[in-house]
Amino acid sequence: MTLTAAPETGERTARKNSPGGARGPRRSGRLRRVGLPYLLLLPALILELLVHLVPMVIGIVVSFKELTQFYVRDWGTAPWAGFDNYSLAIDVNAPVGEALLRSFATTCLFTLSSVGLCWLLGTAAAIFMQETFRGRGLLRTVFLVPYALPVYAAVITWAFMFQRDNGLVNHVLHDQLGLTDTPPFWLIGENSFVTLLVVSVWKGWPFAFLIMMAGLQNIPREIYEAAALDGAGVWQQVRRITLPSLRPVNQVLVLVLFLWTFNDFNTPFVLFGKAAPEAADLISLHIYQSSFQTWNFGAGSAMSVLLLLFLLVVTGAYLLLTSRGRKATDA
Amino acid sequence: MRRIRAAAVGAVTLSLVLAAAACGGGSSGSEGSNEQPRTLTYWATNQGANLEVDKKVLQPELDKFEKETGIEVKLEVVPWGDLLNRILTATTSGQGPDVLNIGNTWSASLQSSGALLPWDAKNFEAIGGKDRFVDSALGSTGVQGQDPAAVPLYSMAYALYYNKKMFADAGIQKPPATWAEMAETGKKLSKNGTWGLGAEGSNLSNNIHQVFVLGKQHNADFFTPDGKADFTSDGAVAAVKQYVDLMAKDKIIAPGNAEYAQNQSLSDFAKDKTAMVLWQTASATFKAQGMSEDEWGVAPAPVQSGRPGPGAAANSMVAGINMAVFKNTKNIDGAKKFVKFMTSDEEQVILNKAYGSIPPVKTAQQDPAFNTPALAVLRETLATSAAALPQVPEESQFETVVGTAVKELFAEAAAGRPVTTESVRAKLEKAQQQMPKK
Repeated sequence: MTLTAAPETGERTARKNSPGGARGPRRSGRLRRVGLPYLLLLPALILELLVHLVPMVIGIVVSFKELTQFYVRDWGTAPWAGFDNYSLAIDVNAPVGEALLRSFATTCLFTLSSVGLCWLLGTAAAIFMQETFRGRGLLRTVFLVPYALPVYAAVITWAFMFQRDNGLVNHVLHDQLGLTDTPPFWLIGENSFVTLLVVSVWKGWPFAFLIMMAGLQNIPREIYEAAALDGAGVWQQVRRITLPSLRPVNQVLVLVLFLWTFNDFNTPFVLFGKAAPEAADLISLHIYQSSFQTWNFGAGSAMSVLLLLFLLVVTGAYLLLTSRGRKATDA
Repeated sequence: MRRIRAAAVGAVTLSLVLAAAACGGGSSGSEGSNEQPRTLTYWATNQGANLEVDKKVLQPELDKFEKETGIEVKLEVVPWGDLLNRILTATTSGQGPDVLNIGNTWSASLQSSGALLPWDAKNFEAIGGKDRFVDSALGSTGVQGQDPAAVPLYSMAYALYYNKKMFADAGIQKPPATWAEMAETGKKLSKNGTWGLGAEGSNLSNNIHQVFVLGKQHNADFFTPDGKADFTSDGAVAAVKQYVDLMAKDKIIAPGNAEYAQNQSLSDFAKDKTAMVLWQTASATFKAQGMSEDEWGVAPAPVQSGRPGPGAAANSMVAGINMAVFKNTKNIDGAKKFVKFMTSDEEQVILNKAYGSIPPVKTAQQDPAFNTPALAVLRETLATSAAALPQVPEESQFETVVGTAVKELFAEAAAGRPVTTESVRAKLEKAQQQMPKK
């Protein structure tokens, strides 16, 4: 680009002296103004293309291919499958589609519960931490520990704690408190959903806490003082001042938590291994199993594309709704 | 504006081209080259108690090989949980090791991907000939009628390991030889917090090994002769039910074993909590758990009746590790030399001794080291009553879907829900429907 800039300057000086040169500088100035952002974005754009878009496009191409173990070595030779992979994935009367639908429903329920709890815990903790008291800094640090730990190390520890015979959870619930007749299973069977939720909330809420704390710093204290003078109680302050002021922060937080939780692969994979119990069969793990474990990458890609479409629709609708809501309040 | 747009278009096109080139997949058709004759990359399987043990066993041998040939072997021991994915990724990208170990049951699946060098007569000649290997081991190296995808490296077999102290405490004289005796013996041992038999209910491969052998005993094969999945035959259903019933009906397996997948049953055995395990070459692991050799005994795994033998009297799968050469290798001659070295009589004795396995090489098997009572049982089993898992391309999918079905049935048994012929059949039917259509 520097090369193209040089003749342009020359052109401009030449034009200045010509009779019709009045339009020239303004146009090239505008060009620079309009062009500069694109220029600055270019490296990011190229990297984005390489890292995100190209694999995505290849994934979409693969979803139309019959890419099984017989073709993985040279996948150009895999025959085109048309929409076969898609019809396999969405035919809910056949076992593959039915399993995918069930996994999708499980994931939706899990995401709603996990995001809701993360948000509630994070917000509540952030509001309580606004008060100054002894040990606040220490508590803040402790709260952030789950967020700072490497996922694998943390989740493996949870997997040990949830073991039926030697785990800490059953030791407390069954042996010490006597809450259950027999020690329950946490890593297989229906309880695995609860296990997954506990670990996911434990891992996710510090992020909500952190973001909320940052959001709260921006609310001027005077507003609270004025409200207190007017006789507003704590609950009213939270409802009328804190939450409305946090609205823009919340908007981003909920979206990010939603996407992270919905796509979470590490937590169920480390907790349950390659074959998750039905109750905790999240969609990312399900797709992994459908492609890697059974070596059918075409079907796996088709499922991924469907997931991508769903997330795009949800994210788009969410942004549209929230921005419309904001415009309405602004007006 | 137009120039910037042109530049942007140029940049986009360039990056697309670069990415396409980078993702272009492995080169196909080539049968290896000799571009890098001084080095080899070797992926070994985890045979010892942990990865460090493997490095300690293998490194001196690799040094020896380097001294003999001048070829440096870069060793990586790949954990079992990652190995198949790693091989698959290597196959897709074409960037893999030169030589690798594979579980012998994967031979046909990996063979179908075309990633491994076929061992035709010429290649076998280069390592001393096909007839150096025992037949049972060669039976698990790929689809019948095709050139093997790998050569046998270590052979293993399932056997019944029993805890001598627990047997003595319960007044039991001899280990069970049939499943009826197993239930009877197991019940005597399952009391006061100890249990008769251990299982790894959440380990898919182990589940497959157990129900495959039971399937043989019920005349079921899980695949038809022309290679179609056949999981719901009466024999297959009976086999799976019989295995899960050891927990559900006979109650000689602790319910907690339903979630075991990391060899916890072996720790229970070493801690005198479980009296028996059906395992392949467990001696090295017991040693690592602090058990001395006279604390445990070995007997052939149970059969339905009579004595172990071929056909329906099979009591083990042909377990083992095969060694394969990656087709994309840049040191094809060196790779073959390395396979020859690792399957030589001398190395076979050293390595199999270290791992407690049996050499699949006939001459090495004669070494007195493999004549201990424990190894004699394994050798006898391999020679007379071990059956190879189905050598079909869909074998690894079979391990996943049927292994998962057994895992789910164990979970139900552990939760105290009944396991019936119908519920087993339903699970197996679901598993069969997940197999790729042929």
